[in-house]
Amino acid sequence: MDSFALDVAHLFAGSLVLVSFMLLYQDRMFSLLNIFALHAFVVSVSVAWQAHIQNAPHLYITAAIALVVKAIVIPIVLHRIIVRLGIHRNIENVVGIGQTMLGGIGLVALSIMVMLPITTAEGTLVREDLAFALSVILLGLLMMVSRRNAVGQVIGFMSIENGLILAATGAKGMPLVVEISVAFSILIALIVIGIFLFRIRERFDSVDLHALDRFRGERP
Amino acid sequence: MAVILDILVQLGQLLLVLLLAPLLTGYVRKIKAHLLRRRGPDLIQPYRDLHKLLRKEVVLADNASWVFRTAPYLIFATTWVAAALVPTFATGLVFSPAADLIAIVALLGSARFMLALAGLDVGTSFGGIGSSREMMIASLAEPALLMIAFTLSLLAGSTQLSSVATYMAGPAVGLRVSLAMALVGLVMVAIAENARIPVDNPATHLELTMVHEAMILEYSGRHLAVIEAAASLKLLLYLSIIGCVFAPWGVAVAGEGFAAYAASLPAYVIKLAAGGFLLAVFETVIAKMRVFRVSEFLGAALMLALLAALLLFVSRGT
Amino acid sequence: MALDVVLWGVLTLFATGAAAVAGARRGSTSTFVYAVALVVSMVALCMAVWTLLVDPAATPTVSLPIGLPWLGAHFRLDALAAAFLVVVNLGGATASLYGLGYGRHEEEAGRVLPFFPAFLGGMNLVVLADDAFTFLMAWEFMSLTSWALVMAHHRQPGNARAGYIYLLMASLGTLSLLLAFGLLAGPAGSYTFDAIRNTQLSTTVATAVLALTLLGAGSKAGLVPLHVWLPLAHPAAPSHVSALMSGVMTKVAVYGFVRIAFDLMGPPTWWSGGVVLLFGGASAVLGVLHALMEHDLKRLLAYHTVENIGIIFIGLGLGLAFAANDMRGAAALATTAALFHVFNHSVFKSLLFFGSGAVLRSTGERDMERLGGLIHRMPYTAFAFLIGSAAISALPPFNGFVSEWLTFQAILLSPQLPQWVLKFLVPAIGGLLALSAALAAACFVKAFGITFLGRARTSLAQDARETDRLSLGAMFVLVVLCLVAGVLPAYFIDALAPVVQGLVGAQMPRQSAFAWLTIVPIAESRSSYNGLLLFVLIAVAASLAAYVIHRWASHASRRSAPWDCGFPDASAATQYTAGSFAQPIRRVFGSVVFRAREEIDMPQPGDSRPARLHVHLHDLLWDTLYAPVAKAVGITADVLNRVQFLTIRGYLTLVSGALVALLVILAVWQ
Repeated sequence: MDSFALDVAHLFAGSLVLVSFMLLYQDRMFSLLNIFALHAFVVSVSVAWQAHIQNAPHLYITAAIALVVKAIVIPIVLHRIIVRLGIHRNIENVVGIGQTMLGGIGLVALSIMVMLPITTAEGTLVREDLAFALSVILLGLLMMVSRRNAVGQVIGFMSIENGLILAATGAKGMPLVVEISVAFSILIALIVIGIFLFRIRERFDSVDLHALDRFRGERP
Repeated sequence: MAVILDILVQLGQLLLVLLLAPLLTGYVRKIKAHLLRRRGPDLIQPYRDLHKLLRKEVVLADNASWVFRTAPYLIFATTWVAAALVPTFATGLVFSPAADLIAIVALLGSARFMLALAGLDVGTSFGGIGSSREMMIASLAEPALLMIAFTLSLLAGSTQLSSVATYMAGPAVGLRVSLAMALVGLVMVAIAENARIPVDNPATHLELTMVHEAMILEYSGRHLAVIEAAASLKLLLYLSIIGCVFAPWGVAVAGEGFAAYAASLPAYVIKLAAGGFLLAVFETVIAKMRVFRVSEFLGAALMLALLAALLLFVSRGT
Repeated sequence: MALDVVLWGVLTLFATGAAAVAGARRGSTSTFVYAVALVVSMVALCMAVWTLLVDPAATPTVSLPIGLPWLGAHFRLDALAAAFLVVVNLGGATASLYGLGYGRHEEEAGRVLPFFPAFLGGMNLVVLADDAFTFLMAWEFMSLTSWALVMAHHRQPGNARAGYIYLLMASLGTLSLLLAFGLLAGPAGSYTFDAIRNTQLSTTVATAVLALTLLGAGSKAGLVPLHVWLPLAHPAAPSHVSALMSGVMTKVAVYGFVRIAFDLMGPPTWWSGGVVLLFGGASAVLGVLHALMEHDLKRLLAYHTVENIGIIFIGLGLGLAFAANDMRGAAALATTAALFHVFNHSVFKSLLFFGSGAVLRSTGERDMERLGGLIHRMPYTAFAFLIGSAAISALPPFNGFVSEWLTFQAILLSPQLPQWVLKFLVPAIGGLLALSAALAAACFVKAFGITFLGRARTSLAQDARETDRLSLGAMFVLVVLCLVAGVLPAYFIDALAPVVQGLVGAQMPRQSAFAWLTIVPIAESRSSYNGLLLFVLIAVAASLAAYVIHRWASHASRRSAPWDCGFPDASAATQYTAGSFAQPIRRVFGSVVFRAREEIDMPQPGDSRPARLHVHLHDLLWDTLYAPVAKAVGITADVLNRVQFLTIRGYLTLVSGALVALLVILAVWQ
């Protein structure tokens, strides 16, 4: 594989990590949605490029699904939900942005440290993709942990899914069936979360999960 | 003979940066004015301002000490020396081994140290505000800049700007996301360090969020002129660094002769113009942020720089 | 020869200390003691410099029939000892010179004069010792004499507590070193350093020795989290002693660490470098953040010692890590950086403590919030303090920058390390180092700006007077050294070459051989720095600009009231204070590091009481590490207290019970 193809793949995968950080940095709802759309877009471009250099046409379908569903449909739907519910537009963080970002850097370092030494047998492309994918997944988890708001958690969850796609494509493609099922599962998750949001909202006039904890008597 | 010629070229760069710096400031102002549909002052207005200020009498506050009077010259000298050590139209000039990127950052730190002290010297509250905020901004901007230097050194195997520029112009670079991050981080630091919007506003004088202008509030006459010149030089320096590292095209190598210099000089001016234009556009479309958002802004620059260094480990495939 | 001279000097110092006990009440004793200390330190300094520059290969040894009967006392002067001897005696000489002026006004002369030369002598002995017993004796002697000096002004509030905590930490440190040497000597119990060097250590023992050494030497040096005593004890002593403690004694502790970790323990392991790096990085950042929150001038300086010790340990940790991977050149660079910073820090820290002592003497204040405008009353002290501030803030062209720059260059070599943990740890430490350098600059803008610039905040500051000539002389010697070491670092690096050669088996390229005295750590295409050229360029550019402007533009000036945007306020209370200067940084870092909380007490309308802003800071390390221990000790003491009031039968039961228990253990053991 020539170094240009490698460089481009690296560029896209690295950008995905960067966009994950932008998700962590963002504290406004609509910007968060836009950046998530960007996240999904970068994933789809990255997958498309992998399809191109691996000569694996089925990956184009994966890319298209990512593009249509996650970069366009889901952000629009979430946007509508937020507008219709009149959810508070600021996202409360449990810890400050600075600490979250520092933690994120630590997680990236951790995933590189874990992935690179154990994948020495693989090609450069696979190793990079796996390291980046693990970073994206961990950053998504961090986002779910550090956000109080349900919308933030939904987006964190979906960015984890993007990381999984990156990992799967890097490891010489994954069967389309799996991919389609993942896409469906994500749709189902979206529906579930949508309903979930409605329910929380009906009861507590807020999607702050703090309210749920209070209701369960866990916190004063 | 060759040594004398080398030194002459180096002195030529010293003069070049000094002469170009006010023009760059004027150019950015002009572009900003055009974007706001104003006509704006002349391109050479900064020179006129400097000339006017230089001829005016200095009004010193009653209790200003010698720190207040010597600081402008030291600030100017350190900034000028730093600006002259950055490759502009040619790399590998004769003085360039005197300072690598880290030393240039530290030289700017010396200038800032003096400026912040000058802000405290008269004992007014505005000066204190300026100094205190400047040091807060610097405490985040400097590490970010050094981490960027780290990234570049990881890639090019050198902190010497001439070597970095040569490497970046070479074929070994490739597309790297780390470089993009380093560039964004460097731009953010440059904006903060040069007191531009959204961190600070170079055009206001009566705003509680001002930083640089608050520190130099008590200055007048030739002292003010010298400090303004230093500020222009600093802007030029940052654009030169960005230019020589991230757009290393058309840079001559020392000793190639005057034909090469003559060809690289317009390239340098074009790079400055492009950088200045982008700066003006950016400043026009963005709003000034609260002073305590600055820490997040620069914290993000620091994180970007750290991340860039981390990702390099991946991209080198070691 | 050199070693004998230094040992005679130490003896002279001890004799002087003893004589000072007798003559403490007489006024001339002070001059006598400091003059002797000055002469002895100068002689020892010359000997050390001579050894280092002319004859570093010769390692004279002396053994004296004192101490343990079967061991004797062994002394040895190798290159490493000579380098630290330079630091000790340079500090000693300048402190004595300063003391000649400053000490004359000492109220508690009887509590300072006997201990000052003894303290100096003790530090010299630590560096020269060549067996574990002499080393520990000298170490403990140094600790106790410095403790006595800390307690010189024991009636001032807080000093007794400072002395108590210092004594506890010093005992802990000596105990750990004792155990470390016990492990190093092994079952054979050979306590001379030569024998220890030849002993092979198992991994477990090496780990334990490293941990104990870090605890022992680190607590004396002020490594986080063992630094708690340092900001209390150093400022409590008279200022020239503070300078010695901060500038020199912490370096003796670094010497102890270097001697054990690099010399006695044999080949290092890579993780030991990692551990040292972590402690160094934490010390660097926490030290400077604590300093920023401080507005007591001397305590601020003491916290900066913690920071600089952190920087030194970063260099040492890198040296260990590189040496463990057999990267000799890189190890030499890192170790040279650390040792050069040892020297530099001793110079500018002594200078700054002398400056703060001058301020303290002429105003009686250490609190910056009650000073201000001293540059008008004490211009020379202000100038010296300014140079020291610039040097400690790592600003070119002064010396602090050179050693930090070298440390950075060593950090930039870290990608070549094979261990992934280190590959990531070292850049992160580099980030911390950069952060600490930038924060140090902020801190010294505060320290100098609030104390010396602006307007006088109290009448004490208003009526300050310049300090005496001898004190100023001591300060200006150090000012010159700050500049010389910054402008001509090549010679200093070359002087350290034999030391580094002995420690890691390689040395940096010979620096004074490069053109124009540029320093080049590895290769010219990689990085280089020329302090001389920068200094000359800055000086020429500044004077040229000033000359041109004054000659052809304008040189008229006039005094008037400050402008201050049209609202100048005559009250000095409207100036920025140390607290307000540090507020933005406290907002950014303090909420995490100190759990800083601001509380605003705003009176109701109509209420005439002033509004107040309270800032609550927590020292998390103290709260989590020390407070529980102190509490446990308190509870145990309460319980044991009851044992004091038993009947005779009760005591007998206790004693016989203990005896029976011991016998049972013995029986079970066999």
